[in-house]
Amino acid sequence: MRLPSWLSQHLAALRAVLVLTVLLGLAYPLALVAVGRLPGLDGRADGSLVTVGGRTVGSSLIGQSFTDAAGDPVPRYFQSRPSAAGYDPTATAASNLGPESVVDTITSDEETSTQSLLTQVCARSRAVGELDGVDGRRPYCTPDGVGAVLAVFRADGLTGRITRVVSVNQVAPATPFVSTWQGVPVELARPNQDYVAEGGVITPVRGDAPQRPAVPADAVTASGSGLDPHISPAYAEIQVARVARERGAEPAAIRRLVAEHTTGRALGFLGAPGVNVLDLNLALDERFPVR
Amino acid sequence: MSTTTAGVLFVLSLVVALVGVHRPFGDHMFRAVSGARQSRVERGVYRLVGVNPAAEQSWGVYTRSVLAFSAVSILFLYAFQRLQNHLWLSLGLDPVVPHGAWNTAVSFVTNTNWQWYSGESTMGHLVQMAGLAVQNFVSAAVGIAVAVALVRGFARSRTGELGNFWVDLTRITLRILLPIAVLGAIALMIGGAVQNLSGGADVTTLTGGSQTITGGPVASQEAIKELGTNGGGFYNVNSAHPFENPTTWTNWIEIFLILLIPFSLPRVFGRMVGQNRQGYAIAAVMAILALASITLTNVFELTGHGTVPQAVGAALEGKEVRFDVSNSATFAAATTLTSTGAVNSFHDSYTALGGMMTLGNMMLGEVAPGGVGSGLYGLLILAVITVFVAGLMVGRTPEYLGKKIGSREIKFASMYFLITPALVLTGTAAAFATGNNSTALNVGPHGLSEVLYAFTSASNNNGSAFAGITVNTPWWNTALGLCMLLGRFLPIIFALALAGSLARQQPTPASEGTLPTHRPLFVGMVVGVTVILVALTFLPALALGPLAEGL
Repeated sequence: MRLPSWLSQHLAALRAVLVLTVLLGLAYPLALVAVGRLPGLDGRADGSLVTVGGRTVGSSLIGQSFTDAAGDPVPRYFQSRPSAAGYDPTATAASNLGPESVVDTITSDEETSTQSLLTQVCARSRAVGELDGVDGRRPYCTPDGVGAVLAVFRADGLTGRITRVVSVNQVAPATPFVSTWQGVPVELARPNQDYVAEGGVITPVRGDAPQRPAVPADAVTASGSGLDPHISPAYAEIQVARVARERGAEPAAIRRLVAEHTTGRALGFLGAPGVNVLDLNLALDERFPVR
Repeated sequence: MSTTTAGVLFVLSLVVALVGVHRPFGDHMFRAVSGARQSRVERGVYRLVGVNPAAEQSWGVYTRSVLAFSAVSILFLYAFQRLQNHLWLSLGLDPVVPHGAWNTAVSFVTNTNWQWYSGESTMGHLVQMAGLAVQNFVSAAVGIAVAVALVRGFARSRTGELGNFWVDLTRITLRILLPIAVLGAIALMIGGAVQNLSGGADVTTLTGGSQTITGGPVASQEAIKELGTNGGGFYNVNSAHPFENPTTWTNWIEIFLILLIPFSLPRVFGRMVGQNRQGYAIAAVMAILALASITLTNVFELTGHGTVPQAVGAALEGKEVRFDVSNSATFAAATTLTSTGAVNSFHDSYTALGGMMTLGNMMLGEVAPGGVGSGLYGLLILAVITVFVAGLMVGRTPEYLGKKIGSREIKFASMYFLITPALVLTGTAAAFATGNNSTALNVGPHGLSEVLYAFTSASNNNGSAFAGITVNTPWWNTALGLCMLLGRFLPIIFALALAGSLARQQPTPASEGTLPTHRPLFVGMVVGVTVILVALTFLPALALGPLAEGL
């Protein structure tokens, strides 16, 4: 019996899928798993695990947080970048917040409030500044560490005289970051208000923070993976004094250790220099143990 | 070395490598798709599949073979995901939800690799390597096969025969994709990409926290994910994940793999039509558009306009320290200029205009250089439209490579071009009309960009996302699945129909009035037609999204 051609075509397709699945879906990956068992390659194929005194403490490629149970930074360690995934490899994520994410959603319940990307950046900058004793001010940030953003209401919508100005990310008991805006007193925001929907024109205010803030960019932004194992040499530098103090070591000695754990650009031009935080902290524990 | 200098050298080194390799590699691909000798493994495959490798197919049979293979693949992949809890290496994960399994099955078969899911918490190792990664190979091979069939339409005359799909599929997979994937995977493993079958290792971190170091056959999937311009990551965060893209140099290799086949295919085209210079002209169009786009993306990202980038001092949100701004921007441009959609940084957090570039790259129809195969056939269609426009200007019957572009040919070409914009714009409008845009994370113009990006990415079979938007809902998974399906196979049908129509023609000898299609004039015209068509189609949508946000 001859099968109709449409049927024989689909049977050929099914056989092709099965044959190719065996070749490409089993033989190919399993052969590479076998290659990964070769000496020299096996450690990497298994995830570049780092073992200290017989105990595995992580992977040198996967970042981790150096915080205590309460989530506060442990000062004797260099700190990693902020992470949208909390350094959990089973739930990797980025923040995905856009460049104009500047208005917080403030509700009476703290659980349902969400911070804009700008406020997250400002809060991190302030916290790092306090921890490491440097100036935490940034452009578009209030002194209390939220986004410096006003909702400006005008008599005729987009034009006309200003009738009302609200600092949208600050609620009581804060103090507005500017007391007046073009002669109009600035109010604090109240929970559960949507000032954009009410017709306010969102106006970020740059303020007088230095053009190059003391806290580096990677210290206030979350990475794409949420697992970034590196920090920039600049972020390591501002942490040196604190770590040296906590460990009773000379800052120069800590600085040398940072330099040893800094990878430059591969071939001189690929990527950017980075400091592997886990490797650095392990070396610190070995060379400058906390007594 | 300054950041900008390093970024420029990074791009230049890629250009040099591609210019050096596209001829020998294109020649290798040419031999793979046109040689008559079958290897022993290939003969074994044909025997198991039950096809006669010597039999030629008409455009209709070729198309039906493509569709039958893809339909069976979708059903197979759907069943695989729904049954994963009964199979080995499922890591104890549940079956994938029906609307998600449909979306992913369509997505991987259409070379899109859109990810509504988080790889590490949804797909077991077996589904990843024996389901998804297999489609990474064969969906790429299907794209190249269709491109080769279209070129045969130009190269052959007075025949109904366009080759044999099963032979093309097998040879492209075994002779082109597999060897490079093996080499690529080994290189990535040397860099630190994992390759094992472990379910993960629980560790206690330095400060006493707990962390699970995940395992899996990652390197093998990563290599073909880039080489086949697929883009579906083993993990949620794709090539930003240190286990997928561990070092600054693996990042270079991944971009090189993404661009390797698309930029070498014009050489195959030149060889097949017997005029290498025709291939160079097509490659020149691709290169001009690609370099312009990569440059602009870098400029916008390094300048860092926008409130948050200004507050931070750099557009670093969603980017890794090791890749920094420039190498992330270059990756983003490469992944959207092709149909890859892998990401090493998160486009949603890009500056408004940098993000617009990634969106615009896809809107170009992914032809510079485009996905494997789809880039070449897309650009050849645009070349056909260009000779038609040029013919109208001087009042002559247009011809391309000796084939007359008559009403039948131009109908197929126009239908081909119109499909994606129709899907993108109606899809976006439908999301707003039904209120499904409310799952966007960001508000205002950026929220519109997220919706527009989702439909642009799905309809062009890219797979990258402005990932803030939540798409794990029945409406989104169904709608985007339909866009991927129609956006892949309707153009393929029209491209193959065009091939059939061209192959039947008798070649017209070139005359004085024939527009030479290998000169800079023609290259410039194709670039112009491409940019103008796209600008006319999408400018209103872009004005409401990224332009409103960035200007």
